[in-house]
Amino acid sequence: MNLEKVVFGFFILLALTLNFGFFLGEFDNPAHHDVYEFFAALVVSLIATVLKFGERTQIGAVLLAASLVADLQLIAAALVWGIAVHVADTGLTPSVMASIVSLSGGALLANLVSATLLVVETSSLQR
Amino acid sequence: MTNAVVPLILRRMRMPLLVLISAYAIAVVGLTLMPGQTPDGEPWRMDFFHAFYVVTYTAPTIGFGEIPYEFTGAQRLWVTFSIYLTVLSWLYAVGTIIALIQDPSFRGAMKRGRLRRAVRQMSEPFYIVCGYGDTGGLLVRALTEHRRRAVVVDHRESAIHSLELRDLKVHVPGFHLDAEHPENLDTAGLRHRWCAGIIAVTDSDHANLKVALTSKLLNPGMTVVARSQTAAGAANIASFGTDSVVNAYDAFADRLVLAIRTPDMHRILDWLTGIPATPLRERPQPPAGTWIICGYGRLGRAVCRDLARQGIRTVLVDEDPVGNGCPPDTIPGKGTEAHTLRAAGIDRASALLAATDDDADNLSIVMTARQINDTIYLAARENELSSKPLYQEAGIDLLVEPSYILASRILSVLNAPLLEDFLAQARARDKDWQHRLMGHIRAVACGTTPETWTLRVSRNRAPAVLRALDRDRPVTLAGITHHPRDRRRPLDCIALALVREGEMTLLPGPETALASGDRILFCGSSRALGLMRVPLQHDRNLHYMLTGESHPDSGIWRFLARRHGPDGPAPTRPR
Repeated sequence: MNLEKVVFGFFILLALTLNFGFFLGEFDNPAHHDVYEFFAALVVSLIATVLKFGERTQIGAVLLAASLVADLQLIAAALVWGIAVHVADTGLTPSVMASIVSLSGGALLANLVSATLLVVETSSLQR
Repeated sequence: MTNAVVPLILRRMRMPLLVLISAYAIAVVGLTLMPGQTPDGEPWRMDFFHAFYVVTYTAPTIGFGEIPYEFTGAQRLWVTFSIYLTVLSWLYAVGTIIALIQDPSFRGAMKRGRLRRAVRQMSEPFYIVCGYGDTGGLLVRALTEHRRRAVVVDHRESAIHSLELRDLKVHVPGFHLDAEHPENLDTAGLRHRWCAGIIAVTDSDHANLKVALTSKLLNPGMTVVARSQTAAGAANIASFGTDSVVNAYDAFADRLVLAIRTPDMHRILDWLTGIPATPLRERPQPPAGTWIICGYGRLGRAVCRDLARQGIRTVLVDEDPVGNGCPPDTIPGKGTEAHTLRAAGIDRASALLAATDDDADNLSIVMTARQINDTIYLAARENELSSKPLYQEAGIDLLVEPSYILASRILSVLNAPLLEDFLAQARARDKDWQHRLMGHIRAVACGTTPETWTLRVSRNRAPAVLRALDRDRPVTLAGITHHPRDRRRPLDCIALALVREGEMTLLPGPETALASGDRILFCGSSRALGLMRVPLQHDRNLHYMLTGESHPDSGIWRFLARRHGPDGPAPTRPR
């Protein structure tokens, strides 16, 4: 068992599960989407990205790309949230919540790709 | 560059970035959890937006104060903690970046990446010079003086440093790599489409052999010039199609004999193969009497052999006659002592060559010899370029500079491929012919070693000439060897030879008509080389050079010329 691989897989899966947890619930209902869960998803996604830095393999490059996409989507969602609540003062209206959740849905897809690639890579390993 | 450096940076930055992200996350979440208060005394909790803002300005120790409301004790406690956490993480991250920048392996990777990019971006022919010693240095300087590009490979770091400190006219990438490894030559651009040739002038014959072999295998079409110090090595390198193998000592011995027998031809050869823009060498003719040769090394052997072939008497002086395989009548001794030289018959000898491989010994021999016989012709071998000032002070008639000989021979192979053929044919001519040519070159050169270059009458090099020939207008040699502004003034250049369909004509006259595909070997000043391009490129100028008529260029001047011109309407622009 390689501790590095455990940490790597742990963060990729955690990014996926947190993202999924945030995404679950009524699409435009702010009560179903917790800000702490969102923050955790963003931070774990960033950590997962950094862990993928410096990989020279083809699959490593695709993993990094998928992670960067997820980060981008989540940061966009965070910006929408912050601007809606503190800058534009529109508050968390259903339409704002819907766009935040749909952005996080995109990130969820990217995280799903990451996790799939991880599984593919693991299963192609020769024992 | 991206292949090596970026993953290196990313991998080294992994830990600091993880620490930084975690520290920020902890600080932000903690701040949102700490109980706060509005000014009205109502319980309030900071949201993520403000928490991130506060952490962002406290982490780099900027500190804008407590916003949006004054903090409670719990919040202050947490901010205190998070300042230590985030500031320390920043210090760690910045420290890692600085350590990375100063890391020798990182700097090496950066530098190699830069050099690789420089080589990849070359868009004109360049030469790879393996070995940056005395010879390599001279070669690179001469190449860059001509605005030719070069890439240097040397396994000694000091050599690359000295290259970087040289003030060359064009940038010369220098790789600190061992040229014996094929992949290193590939890095230096061996398979680059603009790689014109490779020059192997390292100190080791084995390395030169390997470089020549690698180049011929990986890029068979290109010019390979190698230096060799022994005849056996030369034969080995030449055996697989290396274009030119240069042995400095053989070349010198050959020239010495030439200088003794036909001094005019020697001058011609010396000047035409010299390094351009250096002062023109005027050396006294070596005598044909008895030669004393001190040191039976590679140089001594080559000179002995060639002089003996010409029937010139030689007396050898060597420290170890038996060990070095000297002829039986060799005088034992170094030659630095007066009694050895006397035993060799210095009073009656007409010349002496100090050929040991130690500059101090050579200088000592020369000075002792001068004291005994102040009319003797002195020649000495210079082993290191740095000893040159000493030799110049010692009043030596002929200095054997292996690095200069090598560099000039290699340059002449690269610059003017016809030159070797020309020199071979010129050597066969009589002394009067050689004397006349020598005088002519001296007049053109004006005290500096002339340039030699080859002109090919082709669409690329001489488009105007080709267009004139297409319209059946004869173009004479005189048309391109005169000043483009004043066709009565000849340029400082001589057409040495013209090659048409494999036939070489020596010294073609000014009335010679040019034909497509001709190759012409010129020597002359670099000014002449530049001026000659004008009629080669411009139809109008070529027309003027051939006929003496000059036509106005722009529409207005053409219009005025048509109205006021003495010889009627000007013809339209030929194109």
